[in-house]
Amino acid sequence: MRRGGAEALAHVALVAAVAFALYPVLWVVSLALSPTDAPSPSALPLPTDPSTVHFAEVLGTRDADGAWLFGRQLFNSVMIATATSLVAIAIATPAAYALARFRFVGAEAGTKALLATQMFPGVAAAIPLYILLDALHLLDSATGLVLVYATTAVPFAIFQLRGAFEGIPRELEEAAMVDGATRFGAFVRVVLPAARPALAITGLFAFMTAWNEFILAATFLSSEESYTLPVVLQRYVGEYDAQWGAFAAGAILVSVPVMALFYALQRNLVGGLTAGGVKG
Amino acid sequence: MRRGVTIGLALLALLVPGLASSLACAQDELRVWHAYRGREEAALVEAARAFEASAPGVHVVLVAQPFGAYASKLGSAIPTGNGPDLFIDTHDRVAAYQRAGLVASVASGPLEARIAPEHWGAFRVAGEVYGVPLSLKGAALYVNLDRVAAPPETLEDIEALRLPDGVFPLAMEAESAYWTAPLFAAYGRGLLDDEGGWGLTGEPAERALTHLARLVERGVVPEESTGALVGQLFSDGRAATAISGPWLAAELPEALRWQVVPLPRVEGAGGAPMRPYVTVEGAYVSAEARAPEAALRFARYLATGPGALLRARRGRQVVTDREAWSSLGSDGFLARFREAAEGGVITPTHENMSVVYVPADRAIRKVMRGTASPAEALAEGAHRFEDLTRPLPDPVDPSWGVAALGALSLLLVVWMTARLRDPEMRVAIRRSMPAYRYVAHAALAVGLLVILPLAVGGATSFFAGRGTDMHFVGLANYVDILTARGGDLLGHGSFWLTLLVTVLWTVLNVALHVVIGVSLALVLHRPYLRLKGVYRVLLILPWAVPNYVTALAWKGMFHRQFGAVNAILGGFGIEPVSWFSHWATAFGANVATNVWLGFPFMMVVTLGALTAIPKDLYEAAAVDGATAWQRFWKITAPLLAPSLAPAVAMGSVWTFNMFNVVFLVSGGEPDGGTEILVSEAYRWAFTRGNQYGYGAAYAVLIFVILAITTRLTARLTGPSEARR
Repeated sequence: MRRGGAEALAHVALVAAVAFALYPVLWVVSLALSPTDAPSPSALPLPTDPSTVHFAEVLGTRDADGAWLFGRQLFNSVMIATATSLVAIAIATPAAYALARFRFVGAEAGTKALLATQMFPGVAAAIPLYILLDALHLLDSATGLVLVYATTAVPFAIFQLRGAFEGIPRELEEAAMVDGATRFGAFVRVVLPAARPALAITGLFAFMTAWNEFILAATFLSSEESYTLPVVLQRYVGEYDAQWGAFAAGAILVSVPVMALFYALQRNLVGGLTAGGVKG
Repeated sequence: MRRGVTIGLALLALLVPGLASSLACAQDELRVWHAYRGREEAALVEAARAFEASAPGVHVVLVAQPFGAYASKLGSAIPTGNGPDLFIDTHDRVAAYQRAGLVASVASGPLEARIAPEHWGAFRVAGEVYGVPLSLKGAALYVNLDRVAAPPETLEDIEALRLPDGVFPLAMEAESAYWTAPLFAAYGRGLLDDEGGWGLTGEPAERALTHLARLVERGVVPEESTGALVGQLFSDGRAATAISGPWLAAELPEALRWQVVPLPRVEGAGGAPMRPYVTVEGAYVSAEARAPEAALRFARYLATGPGALLRARRGRQVVTDREAWSSLGSDGFLARFREAAEGGVITPTHENMSVVYVPADRAIRKVMRGTASPAEALAEGAHRFEDLTRPLPDPVDPSWGVAALGALSLLLVVWMTARLRDPEMRVAIRRSMPAYRYVAHAALAVGLLVILPLAVGGATSFFAGRGTDMHFVGLANYVDILTARGGDLLGHGSFWLTLLVTVLWTVLNVALHVVIGVSLALVLHRPYLRLKGVYRVLLILPWAVPNYVTALAWKGMFHRQFGAVNAILGGFGIEPVSWFSHWATAFGANVATNVWLGFPFMMVVTLGALTAIPKDLYEAAAVDGATAWQRFWKITAPLLAPSLAPAVAMGSVWTFNMFNVVFLVSGGEPDGGTEILVSEAYRWAFTRGNQYGYGAAYAVLIFVILAITTRLTARLTGPSEARR
């Protein structure tokens, strides 16, 4: 009896929290499904006259030659975000492992520098970064953007993975090394598989960094074929007017893949997020 | 800036052997940038195809840019040779473009007489013309003919309209200085005076502002209007008239019977007409154009003849070509807009124009929301304007800066060689070699692409200037900021006041994140909960949707008249709240949004940490008869704390620099009071006359504050959680 009461209470609390979490998202959905952007003072996010015109408009964007522009831009976003998460993990994993297992000169200073990058607002870095990428001939290329996104994601990824590696018992590697594996072999064959949830989550965060970023993408890319979806989304907001319906429809289309990833990785999310023992 | 760039490039030169010159581009390719959408874009595309047919060998590549990043993108792309040959933009940036060396002068040539002298004049800086005028953008009055029999003659006629409930006599953006400028003009004032100083002065400006406040007070004009709202109200027939530009016509439904007329006269201003600001759009030839002649040819093609006709007919643009109008005369809609534009004022090109809108907007809003009298609000606006346009610090001889840099590097080298000579150190370094193989690439990548740009950006804080035209000023920016520019240390917009707001913002947000996140995690962690997976997925949702989208959704929900929050409160019989007119409610709206965005992260971290707490501890406690409350404080809380501490530290840093929410939800309203340090940095760098150096100094100060705070907290809590 007592358990039943507590259970009911838990459900009430959770339903209230879910309502709070969903409410603004439902407004975006309602805006996307309403053919006119008519504002009405209403408490319930119900679309007036539901229709999918905005989705059709966004999905059906074509360029002057009739090629399917939205598809191209979706492809760009997927490629750039996937590459970002792979590159970020490739860069961060060995470094995180070294910080978790080795004592070396500069480890402390390096950790501090990584932490510092999280504190310095990016506002100041955009212009120098532009000049730098230009000098490296990486402007208007997916490669340049992937490099920038991946390196931006690296500091947090290192903290995150270092926390995960510290949680893996040293005995596992030591046993493998006794059996004749090298340090690196033990790292690849023993430690990495054990850290799989954390790797998945770190990859997800890096993916999101790239997937949602707008300012750098808008500044660095200069042809519509190379735009990523957030840049396309911003095109619906002009100087004098905005197509909010199309913007909302686009926002939902942009969000769906990330939601799907969250759903797929939700088990790992709970175990894999160590928030990385961020210690200065 | 230039010095900062030089330092950056010097460092680069060490790292990247041979900075090769940029790739040569095919000669016949003409790159054109624009920010058009919809019909205007379609017309431009068609005009480009027609031009290609008439000029064989030239291929026009059109690139549509998002408006939000347009100006800054031109500023970085053109000097590095990555910009367009030709770009389309409004005339009011001509002075800034010319000063930054982004544009080349163009000869009016054969077009001299076909375009009115005042439209050429809009693109003139120091006697040279820098753009080919294409079209005019300005406001006119849209009239819904089902609501009003004949277009009203005066603003007072509109006020007197008798309409059904829920229909506004006039839809306009009454809180924006740009859209209310026509009313000020009727009363004889411009946003700027003839010398480029604050123009909304004296009794005429006060009378105009009183008139404007009356419009909102009596429900003639909707509150907190945005451009989108104006369009929507007029489209649905919920506004009898609307003040808007030609772009609105494209959105109006077919069934609506409407007409456009020039803006009405104002009886209260002695019958003078409302005069809108008119913006002239033009084609600028880039200073770095690879094919300047072809670019100019295309610009002229667009401006006159078939190009102009295409833009007028397909793109509904009010073209500047006088001859085009002989064949366009019958198009009543465009002709009316042309008439309205001729009665307008061409927006001044003075550099202070980009700075005047924010203080003017704020003065208007204060009066509308009844928090200040017109005279007070205007005086305050004038004061803010002076603050933003204050003279830059004098250049300082850069030699001491160079000397300081040199001394620092020397010290560093001496210190490093001393350490390297130390035999113990050598051994330690040799032992570190295997570790370096794991970290080298990360160090290189982060050093080059994260730390170097930040350092160069930080170095610009020693420079002052507007745009890219900067000079070395030493520590003047820091002195200015820390002394609140000579004003009251805790006065409006001062660094210290903003710091206080930022600290309160961070503490409140993180506290709520932790309380909500931990509570939900505890509920979700119950062993026999049904639908656990569903709840978990739904609760993570705020994290999965891009925050610039949901922040905008929250802003809409807090709208005074059409927002969902007031609709809910209305259901309980509570009067609608004007969320962004009081500091506490505006700050609350920001916090609500950010709490919503951030609690899932804390919840997930807690869920992870809870799984690590052994179950038998609880069982033992239950055997000892501990209550749930005791179990939480004696077991859960102490065991959670160490694993939550890093998440709290990280979350605090992120919240401290949470730009998107503050910028998109309250936008600093009311009166800049809810601005946090990072949004101030952004505003100085991008909306207050591009004072990058000043913005960079804010960024460096933010960094210093965060670094010191984390150091101190680490020291205070240090021993207990230094190592797990």
